[in-house]
Amino acid sequence: MVEPENIEKRLSNNRRFDTIFAVIGLISTLVGMITLAALLFDLSTDGLGRISFQFFTSFPSRFASQAGILSAWVGTTLVMIVTALTAIPMGVGAGVYLEEYAPKNWFTGLIEINIANLAGVPSIVYGLMALGLFVYQFKFGQSILSAGLTLALLILPIVIVATRESIRAVPSSMREAAYALGATKWQTTRDHVLPYSTGGILTGMIIALSRAIGETAPLITIGALTFIAFLPDPPIKGEFPFISFDWLMSPFSVMPIQMFNWISRPQQEFHLNAAATGLILMIMTLLMNGVAIYFRYRFRKKIKW
Amino acid sequence: MVAIGTNGWNTEPLGGMMDLQQKIAMPETSSPLSVKPSGQATAAQVQKEKSIIEVENVDFYYGSTHALKSINVEIPEKKATAFIGPSGCGKTTLLRCLNRMNDLILNTRLTGSIKLDSNNIYDSSTDVISLRRRVGMIFQKWNPFPKSIYENVVYGLRIVGANNRALLDEVAEKSLRRAALWDEVKDNLNKSATDLSGGQQQRLCIARALAVEPEVLLMDEPCSALDPISTAKVEELIHELKELFTIVIVTHNMQQAARCADRTAFFYLGELIEFGDTGKLFTTPEKRQTEDYITGRFG
Repeated sequence: MVEPENIEKRLSNNRRFDTIFAVIGLISTLVGMITLAALLFDLSTDGLGRISFQFFTSFPSRFASQAGILSAWVGTTLVMIVTALTAIPMGVGAGVYLEEYAPKNWFTGLIEINIANLAGVPSIVYGLMALGLFVYQFKFGQSILSAGLTLALLILPIVIVATRESIRAVPSSMREAAYALGATKWQTTRDHVLPYSTGGILTGMIIALSRAIGETAPLITIGALTFIAFLPDPPIKGEFPFISFDWLMSPFSVMPIQMFNWISRPQQEFHLNAAATGLILMIMTLLMNGVAIYFRYRFRKKIKW
Repeated sequence: MVAIGTNGWNTEPLGGMMDLQQKIAMPETSSPLSVKPSGQATAAQVQKEKSIIEVENVDFYYGSTHALKSINVEIPEKKATAFIGPSGCGKTTLLRCLNRMNDLILNTRLTGSIKLDSNNIYDSSTDVISLRRRVGMIFQKWNPFPKSIYENVVYGLRIVGANNRALLDEVAEKSLRRAALWDEVKDNLNKSATDLSGGQQQRLCIARALAVEPEVLLMDEPCSALDPISTAKVEELIHELKELFTIVIVTHNMQQAARCADRTAFFYLGELIEFGDTGKLFTTPEKRQTEDYITGRFG
């Protein structure tokens, strides 16, 4: 039996541990917040002065004050388009298949373990694989297409995992209701499972893309340029057939690589350019995350069980 | 004893509580038949009845759990049949076998045969999709889609390609009227179904099931989460609907079985203990276990 005075002691001990944990948790949270704030502040003090209309519309230059990120942000945008168009349909398709269709056996178990592991493969390894496969084997060259496909492979596991998580959140009673009315698996997926999990899937997509937008190593591996003074062929043309795919094969640069190039130069002015590019990249990522949160909020509000 | 609950799909969370309530609600009166049983068919009438579903020697397993043990039941056409018994006795399992809903659960196995109009629904040639259109289902927890009331009701038609607005309107009205919900929702058909009250949502699910004109309607404890007034409405509905459809209802509530059903089957530990005319089963049960259960001595 526990003596009454011992119980009192235990209780006050428990309370103390409670307080200690709350303090540790608060400190851990603050470390992350403060780091982000410091980073933003640092980049802003260096880079904010360089951000102007001219900075977005100029090519890189050997004069820091005339240099801009035109080729870099256009390159980033086009690479992201390729990445999104390939990774999202494949990732969502794979997620739906694994969750709704695949029989549960040792083989699908193996696939699941592999996908979880793929998410942890270092990005430079993807770069090496893409160099061999896309650049040399498929002869896509050091192009936007190669870069987009590389990043697509990189974020594929993230999209798959996010899709599966949000599909799993749809109550099985919804599936049962549809099946009981004589719906097929595809009808149930199309009419119910996918619409009710759209919020989560969109969130996963955007988080995956904001990971891809900052990737540098795999793109350097496949041969992205660090200095480029022309834009890819525009995808939309003035004359028939109005759409062109020549840009896919164009050489390119992206913002993190532009940043890396500037920071590796000795002149202080180029460092300011790098800070400005970093700031823009960070704002883009934060904006994308903001959009993800908004989607999640919108879809959650609309659907209740 | 919750063999059914292992997969998380058809757990019976209210089971224990309902039983307790029944014990409390059922005083030591001689039998629960202060409520009038509706089925008082004579032996001659029973002879004439045509059975629509014949369950023959059915054994059912969840993995290694033997959930149903050589069940034989004949469900009469255009009558209401109730399955009663304590939690985990297999009544819901049997119900879900009747439209092959258990196919969705991994690691289940059925032996024996279940015939719908003399065709074994467990034959490999059976099309599960068309079977489920003939045998509709209402679930314990109402599950309308998070769409409008109208879209819920017509979903069963949409999936077979019906897009004629006039036809859909007609079916929606007819089904909602049959489910006694039309007057409450006719001005708000585009309102979200999940904004309705629980009882209305359950009747909406009934309307949704009726819209595809099934021959049989399976109801898995349709009132277990409803208040007494909504329960009364659903029970009234069952009385009306059994003129048009065959109804099989699983219930924990013995008074409900006595009020709604023409036939009652009592299950215990995966076995069918007794099956017969509701009036007879509740007044002069043949088996000791049945008597013990309906008088509230266990369960």
